[in-house]
Amino acid sequence: MDTNQYKEDLSEIREMMSRSSRFLSLSGVSGILAGAYALAGAFLASREIKAFNASQGFDSAVDNPGITDDALVLRLFWIAGGVLVLAVATAILLSYRKALRNGEKLWAPSSKRLLGNFLIPLGAGGLFCLAMLQYGYVALIAPALLIFYGLSCLNASKYTLGDIRSLGVANILLGLAATQFAGYGLLFWALGFGVFHIIYGSIMYFKYDK
Amino acid sequence: MGLIDGIDKRFDHRIRLGIMSVLMVNTHMDFTGLRDLLEVTDGNLASHLKALEKEGYIRVEKRFVDRRPNTRYQATPEGKEAFSKHLDALERLLGT
Repeated sequence: MDTNQYKEDLSEIREMMSRSSRFLSLSGVSGILAGAYALAGAFLASREIKAFNASQGFDSAVDNPGITDDALVLRLFWIAGGVLVLAVATAILLSYRKALRNGEKLWAPSSKRLLGNFLIPLGAGGLFCLAMLQYGYVALIAPALLIFYGLSCLNASKYTLGDIRSLGVANILLGLAATQFAGYGLLFWALGFGVFHIIYGSIMYFKYDK
Repeated sequence: MGLIDGIDKRFDHRIRLGIMSVLMVNTHMDFTGLRDLLEVTDGNLASHLKALEKEGYIRVEKRFVDRRPNTRYQATPEGKEAFSKHLDALERLLGT
């Protein structure tokens, strides 16, 4: 009886099961870079907000947590959008390179499923935040987006390497905490989208990419 | 119970194991998807798919996607059960 062959069979089965149902080439470096973009974005945004508050006679954002000035909101929107586009483009590019190395396809059933399960909660969150902006619940936008982003990561974790689950849970908790600190939204964003991404990306990099 | 009871000879091939593994965790997968995952030639894959279909372990569904023919495969309940038994037997055999 050839036990070695059965052993090989078993490991082949395990590999096929995970390769076919999970997208395994998510790049760790892209997580680090996304975090860096987020920190840069937060820095730019804080400068904008400071300048605006100074022009209105407030000392800090904490004294004025519900800014709804159209011009400023639009500028912040562009900064956030720019960070998002850069982060997504980097993630696609680097994951493509990693997939190429792993012999995995970037646009395969596994990656489509990953993307869909990530984008549905995130899209819902984005629209919900626009609605909050519409009604002027500005102080809750930052916490809500952190929570929705965390839920998206949690949902996506079933379709890729499991580490993203911790990133999701951390962002959900951070978002909930942020609801109690109106006016510090940007700081929480820098922590959640910036620092947490850098930590997560580094863990991914050292665990899988090295 | 003998040591090799439950080892299903019909799964005694790397490609058949691969096909069943993929179809255990995915509700369905099309021909190209299987081919890319298993890294086998069309003819080779087709013959093993045929064999599994003949056993009633997988079901073939032919349809059109964007007017192009697309064949996708799905494990039948019998196929899933047989494969689980085969896996259990393998694990028993290896004492894991």
